[in-house]
Amino acid sequence: MLALAAVIALLPLALSNKYFYDIAVLVGLNAIVCVGLNLLIGYAGQISLGHAGFFGLGAYGSAILASRYGWPPLAAMLTTTLAVAALAFVVGRPILRLKGHYLAMATLGLGVIIFMVITTEDKFTGGPDGIAVVPFSIGGLVLQGERIWYWLVGALLLVAVWLALNLIESPMGRALRALHGSEVGAEVVGINAADHKVMVFVISAVFASVAGSLAAHYSGFVTPGKVTFLHSIELVTMVVFGGMASTFGAVVGAAVLTTLPQLLTVFKDYEMMVCGAVMMGTMIFLPRGVVPSLARLFQTGRRRDAAKEDGA
Amino acid sequence: MSLLQVESLSKKFGGLNAVDDLSFDIQPGAVHSIIGPNGAGKTTLLNLLTGIYRPSGGRIVFGEYDLTGRAPYEYAGHGIARTFQNLQVFFNMSALENVMVGRYLHERCGLASALLRAPRLARAEKVCRDEAAELMRYVGLHSYLSVAADAMPYGALKRLEIARALATKPKLMLLDEPAAGLNPTEALELDDLIGRLSERGVTVVLVEHNMRLVMGVSNHILVLDYGRKLAEGSATAIRNDPKVIEAYLGSTVAHEGPVGGAITSAVAVAGETRR
Repeated sequence: MLALAAVIALLPLALSNKYFYDIAVLVGLNAIVCVGLNLLIGYAGQISLGHAGFFGLGAYGSAILASRYGWPPLAAMLTTTLAVAALAFVVGRPILRLKGHYLAMATLGLGVIIFMVITTEDKFTGGPDGIAVVPFSIGGLVLQGERIWYWLVGALLLVAVWLALNLIESPMGRALRALHGSEVGAEVVGINAADHKVMVFVISAVFASVAGSLAAHYSGFVTPGKVTFLHSIELVTMVVFGGMASTFGAVVGAAVLTTLPQLLTVFKDYEMMVCGAVMMGTMIFLPRGVVPSLARLFQTGRRRDAAKEDGA
Repeated sequence: MSLLQVESLSKKFGGLNAVDDLSFDIQPGAVHSIIGPNGAGKTTLLNLLTGIYRPSGGRIVFGEYDLTGRAPYEYAGHGIARTFQNLQVFFNMSALENVMVGRYLHERCGLASALLRAPRLARAEKVCRDEAAELMRYVGLHSYLSVAADAMPYGALKRLEIARALATKPKLMLLDEPAAGLNPTEALELDDLIGRLSERGVTVVLVEHNMRLVMGVSNHILVLDYGRKLAEGSATAIRNDPKVIEAYLGSTVAHEGPVGGAITSAVAVAGETRR
C-alpha cells in the first residue's frame, strides 16, 4: 500500500510530458476497474466477461446527465453509480446462479446487450458517433489537464486499493475466498453464497462504473468503443496477467497491459504480434500472474539463501 | 425433548428411493452412529440433514424449528455443522483461515465496516484468529498453524474440517466417514477426539464404516439399508441383531435376490466387525 502510494507520488519525476501523464491516467482508470474485477474473479472465483458494459454505463450515464441535462458532474456520477449498482443487483441474482462457462456466457450476453442499447439509442447516446462530455467540475472548480487528473485518479486508485484490501481481510472477504474454495463448504458454515456473490458483483460493477464516469469526463468524449466485448476481455486479461487474488497484481496487470501497446509502437506493424508473444510468455513462465509468481520466486530465493547460510 | 426429529423423510433420485420414509429421533448429548452397507443412503441422509438436498417428502425438525426445505446456511445458523467424506476444504486459504471462516456466523460485520476496516472489526479479528488457533490445537493440528491448506496431508485435512465445523459452535455435529482413508494410528486418535467432542456438549452423529470406531464410541446406533431403517439401538443390541447380520453378511436368500451384489460388497466391512 505504502509502496503504491510512493510510486504514485514519485512517478511524475519520470513523466516528462503530457503524453506520459495521459498514459498514466489511463493506467489508473483501468487499474480501478481491475481492482474491483479482481474481487469478483480472483477472490470470489466468479468470472465476468461483461464488465466493459458497467464501465460504459458509468461513462454514458455521466455523459448524458451532465452534458445533455446539465447536471453537476458529481451528482451525475453519483446517480449513475447508484443506478449501475441497482442494475448489477437485479441482474446479478439470476446470473450468478450459473457457474463456470455458463456464467461467462451470461455475463458476456449482459455486456453485449448494454453495447447494443448504447449504440442503437442514438437519441441519448449519439450512437456510434459518441457524445461529447463536459469537463469535470466541483462547485466552480473545473478539473482539466493531465496533471490534475493524474493526482485525482492516483488518489482514487489508492482509495480503491485500500477498500479492496480491507474487504479481503474482513470476515466478509474470507467468506468470498471460501466460496471460491468450496461453495458447499462455505454454505455449511453458514455463509449465504448467493448473497455474497451478488454483493461482490455489485461492488465490482460500482468500481467499473466510477472509472467509466471519470474516463468520460477526462477524455471529454465517449464512444461505444470502450463498451465492446473486446474491452471486457482486456479487463479480464489484465486481472489474470497481473495475478488473480492479488490486488496489487490487478494494478500491475492494468499498468503493463495499458502501457505495453504504447511501448511496442517501435515494432510498427508487428506491434500486436509482439504484445501477444509477451502475454503468452508471461503466462507460460509466470502462470500465477506476474505479482504472485514473482512474490513466490522471491520467497523461495530467500529461503535458499537462508539454507545456504545455515550450511556455511 | 429430542434435539433432532426426522419424520417420514424421503429423497428420490429419478426412480430410486435413496432415503425412503425414514423416521428417527436424535437425543441431545452422546454419540449416535449411522451405519449401513454401501449405497444404504447414509451420505444422502446427511445431505438432507444439512439442507444440501431438498427432501422429496417428510419433515426435519431441529429443536423447535422446522428446517424442512431450508438452505444449508440456515441449517448452519441453527447449529448443525458437518464434515465431508470427500473433503470440502478451502484449498485457496491457509489452515488457520479455514477455521476462521468457520467463525463466520459469530463475527458478522456490515459491508461498510468491512470496507472501511472499523476499529471494532480489527479487535474482533484478533479474537477470531486466537480462537481459531485454539481450535486447531484442540483437534491436534498445532504444527499446522501457519501452513497453507493445500500443503497438508490427508489425515490432517480431516481434522481441519472438524475444527472448522467446531468453530461454528454447533449443537449437532455430523461427521461423514471421518476415519475413511486414515491409517490405524490416526483412526485410534479419532476415537479420543470424538469422545472429547461429546464431552464438550456437542451431540455427534457419526456415519462410518470402521466398525471398531463405531462400536467403541457410539451410545446409539441406527442401521440403514436401502434408505430404510433396518434397526436401531445400543451397540450390543445392534451387534446381535439378526437382521443387521443378514444385511451385512448376507443370507442365501439375499444372495439370490437382485440386491445380492451390494450386500456381498459389504461383507468385507462386516469381516472387520468380527475381528
